[in-house]
Amino acid sequence: MSALAAAAPTPTPPPGGGPVIPNFGGGACPSHTTFCWNWVTQNWGPELGPRLAEHVYITLIAVGIGLVISLAAAMYAYQRGWFERGFIALSTLLYTIPAVAFFLFFVPITGLSLTTIEIGLVGYTFLLLFRNALTGLRSVPPEVTAAAAGVGMTPRQVFFRINVPLAVPSIMAGLRIATVTTISLATIAAYITPLGLGEPIFTALHTVFTTELIAAGVLAILLALVADGLLVLAQRAVTPWARARLRGAR
Amino acid sequence: MGFWNQVGHFYADHSQLLLHEVGSQVLLSLAAVAAAVVIALPVGVLTGHLHRWSFVAISGGNALRALPTLAIIAVGIGVYGLGFVNIWVAMIILAVPLILTNTYTAVDGVNPALVEAARGMGMNAWQIIWRVELPNSVPLIMAGIRTATVYVIATAYLAAFAGSPGTLGDIIGNEGSYTLAGVMAAAIVAVVLAFLAELLLGLAQGMMTPRGLRLTADGVPGRAYRRAFRLNFE
Repeated sequence: MSALAAAAPTPTPPPGGGPVIPNFGGGACPSHTTFCWNWVTQNWGPELGPRLAEHVYITLIAVGIGLVISLAAAMYAYQRGWFERGFIALSTLLYTIPAVAFFLFFVPITGLSLTTIEIGLVGYTFLLLFRNALTGLRSVPPEVTAAAAGVGMTPRQVFFRINVPLAVPSIMAGLRIATVTTISLATIAAYITPLGLGEPIFTALHTVFTTELIAAGVLAILLALVADGLLVLAQRAVTPWARARLRGAR
Repeated sequence: MGFWNQVGHFYADHSQLLLHEVGSQVLLSLAAVAAAVVIALPVGVLTGHLHRWSFVAISGGNALRALPTLAIIAVGIGVYGLGFVNIWVAMIILAVPLILTNTYTAVDGVNPALVEAARGMGMNAWQIIWRVELPNSVPLIMAGIRTATVYVIATAYLAAFAGSPGTLGDIIGNEGSYTLAGVMAAAIVAVVLAFLAELLLGLAQGMMTPRGLRLTADGVPGRAYRRAFRLNFE
């Protein structure tokens, strides 16, 4: 489908359910049902499954790039307060821009492409990843770094062999929030580029075909919960000692 | 005509519409945050006070935080239909975990010596919660409400997709009618709105924080400390 058509207005969807219930290839679906399991089984192969896979790789690309940039920025900002303040201000500003608008602004430059939505999604990860990485790097007690220097480590060794490993729990906590946030924003990104689980949602919004809305919505929710759970496990595997300390960390 | 010129003209031509939409967006956000406070505060205070069932606040908060807003809207259309209730519920779900986790963390972390002292003075559980734990938790709880408000204001434009017209989302989600310049103009308004909310709630937080806490909040006993010292002991 043309992505421009997706971006084109449907002024307001008809309130209260609406009269338009098209038959989306779900042969045995009566038009008035809220949820029709037949449609889901028939459309898993051609529609829902591939959309789920797209959603996963959109998220992985965005979080991967965001993590690399944020870690580099946090390491650079470790000794430079001006850079920290600047980066925090910029990423806070980015974070408050409504996602639909953020994605739209890059359309004139990069078109209705995957690149466009990845630029936006990466932008939204900065605040969460950068802040947590820097907090982690700075959380090392001074007596620990002093002891490391005392046994003859160079400042570079202290940083990479003491600060960086000890920052891992905080980085993992940030990664977890950034990942679920990216999964959430990636559904909105389908408004611009028809990829991921947001695509069936926006398609069905125009028609108020509730089966498709519920199926895609529940899949997105499950994806987010599974990703969150997997990252908790990863967090515990990487930092077995830090479980207690991370309780309540944001 | 340059792009920014068009943005400027959009403000001139659509000031009434923008003003109206800002009003609706703020009202929607306030309604959502208020409901979230009503839900999250008692749960957070209770679990924090009892130092038990922390998983309700921590794991429950994390799970709620993972839910994609657009997915909630989509499922909501199927379950309770389009309209204000749809976006309201989605915004409440966005706000609850931030307030809940902060409230639990704050109340749970109140200095046990203070609570013991209060109990020794003969306070009952409600008095301890109301007069010791809550005042001491104001900074963190307010920080949670503040973050939640900013998130909700920045996300409330999704009302346009939940069948609840009136917010800035009507412009942001309708590039076809309002052009990219219009979308930019509305997005700038939304960003300014979020920052204003952050600023105002920061001031409110300062006013609601008990004086004793305000003094130690920045760690440096400054002029306020000395003034209070005289006030209390001379």
